[in-house]
Amino acid sequence: MQRKAQTTTATDTIKPPITSVGVIGWMRSNLFNGWFNTFLTLLVLYLLWKTVPPFVRWALVDSLWISDGAACQKSDGACWSVITANLRFITFGFFPHDLQWRPLLAMLILIAMLFYSRNRKHWKKSLAYSWGVALIIMGLLMKGGLFGLAPVESSQWGGLPLTLLLSVFGLTAAYPLGVVLALGRRSRMPAIKMLCVIYIELIRGVPLISLLFMSSVVFPLFLPEGITVNKILRAQVAIILFTAAYIAEVVRGGLQAIPKGQYEAAESLGLNYVQTMRLIVLPQALKIMIPPTVSVLISAFKDTSLVVIIALYDLLKTTQSVLSDPQWMGFSAEAYIFIAFIYFICCFFMSDYSRRLEKELET
Amino acid sequence: MPTIWQNSGLQHEQVKILCKSQRDHERQAMKTDSDHPNTQEVIPFWNDPSKRDFFFQLGVLAMVGCLGYYLITNTIANLERQAIATGFGFLERESAFEIGESLISYSAADSYGRALIVGVLNTLKVSFIGIVLTVLLGTFIGVARLSANWLVAKLAAGFIEVLQDIPILLQLFFWYAFFYEMLPSPRQALNPITGVFLSNRGLVFGIPAAHPAHIYMAIAFAVACILVYFLIRQARKRQALTGLVFPVGRVSLAILIGLPLLVWGIHGFPTAMNMPELGGFNFEGGMNLSPEFAALLIGLVLYTAAFVAEIVRAGIQAISQGQTEAALSLGLKKGQVLHLVILPQSLRVIIPPLTSQMLNLTKNSSLAVAIGFPDFVSVAGTTINQTGQAIEGVALIMIIYLCFSLLTSALMNWYNKKMALVER
Repeated sequence: MQRKAQTTTATDTIKPPITSVGVIGWMRSNLFNGWFNTFLTLLVLYLLWKTVPPFVRWALVDSLWISDGAACQKSDGACWSVITANLRFITFGFFPHDLQWRPLLAMLILIAMLFYSRNRKHWKKSLAYSWGVALIIMGLLMKGGLFGLAPVESSQWGGLPLTLLLSVFGLTAAYPLGVVLALGRRSRMPAIKMLCVIYIELIRGVPLISLLFMSSVVFPLFLPEGITVNKILRAQVAIILFTAAYIAEVVRGGLQAIPKGQYEAAESLGLNYVQTMRLIVLPQALKIMIPPTVSVLISAFKDTSLVVIIALYDLLKTTQSVLSDPQWMGFSAEAYIFIAFIYFICCFFMSDYSRRLEKELET
Repeated sequence: MPTIWQNSGLQHEQVKILCKSQRDHERQAMKTDSDHPNTQEVIPFWNDPSKRDFFFQLGVLAMVGCLGYYLITNTIANLERQAIATGFGFLERESAFEIGESLISYSAADSYGRALIVGVLNTLKVSFIGIVLTVLLGTFIGVARLSANWLVAKLAAGFIEVLQDIPILLQLFFWYAFFYEMLPSPRQALNPITGVFLSNRGLVFGIPAAHPAHIYMAIAFAVACILVYFLIRQARKRQALTGLVFPVGRVSLAILIGLPLLVWGIHGFPTAMNMPELGGFNFEGGMNLSPEFAALLIGLVLYTAAFVAEIVRAGIQAISQGQTEAALSLGLKKGQVLHLVILPQSLRVIIPPLTSQMLNLTKNSSLAVAIGFPDFVSVAGTTINQTGQAIEGVALIMIIYLCFSLLTSALMNWYNKKMALVER
């Protein structure tokens, strides 16, 4: 026994064969293990060979980046000029040309705030206040009329700022409403419960577009004569009402996940309903709900693009109106790919963040 | 009186959220009061939870009622002032607009009611075909996502990530532009496979020419389905009684394929195809999918399939490896493991979110209005524009979609009850 141990220590450690480690080993175990996987790999490689080089040629090699529409019509490749030549209109819509620094600044503030809020160490009360201040400043920058800023009619808002405005304000307002609805749905008062259930199920059962139709054609009929509400606000309200119902369901899931003992402990401490919810239940429930909430936020962000249908000039609509210009007709693919890229970046960051948060909170 | 109410001057909103604990505490307080008759007081009604609940609910209902009354009176006044008709009488009137494609015969001389039915049928058509294709594609991609092949798994992951993160409306616009701008005219139509033509007039493909045999084959297939149903029941009964296993899978497959084939053979194997041919500016014959329909279908299927793939992946991963090992060690064959152990468990995880994705697809099909496919919302929109009766139109849209979703959730509840784990 003793001798055997000695001999093993004495011999050199045998290296694994070259075919099972390194690049070759990796390829063998991940791409060519078995005839079926080999076949799949070869098939996929063939398809990629057929599609990727022509796409790269179209998008990068043969493409035009800065030119006019006429030059594009002659070329075979992608015409990215449709973006570069109309970037300001696509981004800002009909916002007065000289004042476009204002929406730009507002967007930068928003992005800075979002990046600052990413870190969980910064989640304090002061952050909530600074969000409030930032939202007011952003609104002021868009609307103007104070501190020597020239007023800009909301009908001139458009492009990316409008998309972000609809999503950010929509989500901020929908969240509290959703929490109230979820609490109402779990209330023991039958009338309140019934109202909340009807509201949530009604909204979740219909497509957003029907609510947008409602806001654009039916809502004006509800108001007394002489009172009008502007179009953006109406669409915003429709988005808020729609998102709130979905958030309510997420919150309900979170509330149901809190063990009954927590409620009972709070009760035995003599806390009343508001205190129980505010101090015990909601802080725990909201933590559980972060990942599903983010996915609601992502879909709400994507859904803001539906305002195109009621003719608001959001990012998608400004792009379409560029494409209806005879000079730039026929370059939809390039323009849509660009817009898709913007949406993808935003959504990808959000979902990536939610995944990271989920991991952090799991511990 | 020692009251526990910190905020007895509770505001209206705060009162609404009142819970059981308070009620219990209240009772406690009442008891202690009754122990000391000297200090006994009449509980004011705002401190009596049951009464307070009642008044609070009454208040909320009254507020909702008032709001409703206010809106209705406003609306009636507005309708009168603008001389807009009310009621659903317009359904009977002549619609005077054409619809591009419909499953039932329709012309501009027909009524609005019929136009709306055409719209509903179109919505159902695109949703049904879309759901079938989505489930197939989604399952395929979900399985590919878990493939041992690195390349395949990464490609599937990329597909899922990219398509989930782009708004469906943008995807629909893209596919619509794909058909109208990027594809050639019918004369230079792309012809990837024999009998399939892609052009800016849509997707055309050959179908078997009409023959009476097809109807009989469909009947034969239906009969085969019924036979298989009874076969499965019989086999189960026999297995329960005697323990003998009947090869249900192979026999039912043979019946399902064999019976229609037999009928086909009796009619002498009619193989004539109705192939599309270029005539004038468009194709004639074959099955023609309009660019709008094709764009809508492709967009919806790809978008929803990305979500379905994630659901399928989660469902497969939810079943631990131990289940497979345990089943194998019991001596079950691979097919039996899948059929008797894995699928019943993962379907329980997969089906509920899958249904909600199907419902999403149906709701998203309403975006057809943006690319001009005459679905229900699009037809209702035209109706609203022509008649001016926005309230009725939007109400119809909401009712129809609510019916879809209520029907689905009823089915879902039935399924959940059937599949729920029976716990002691």
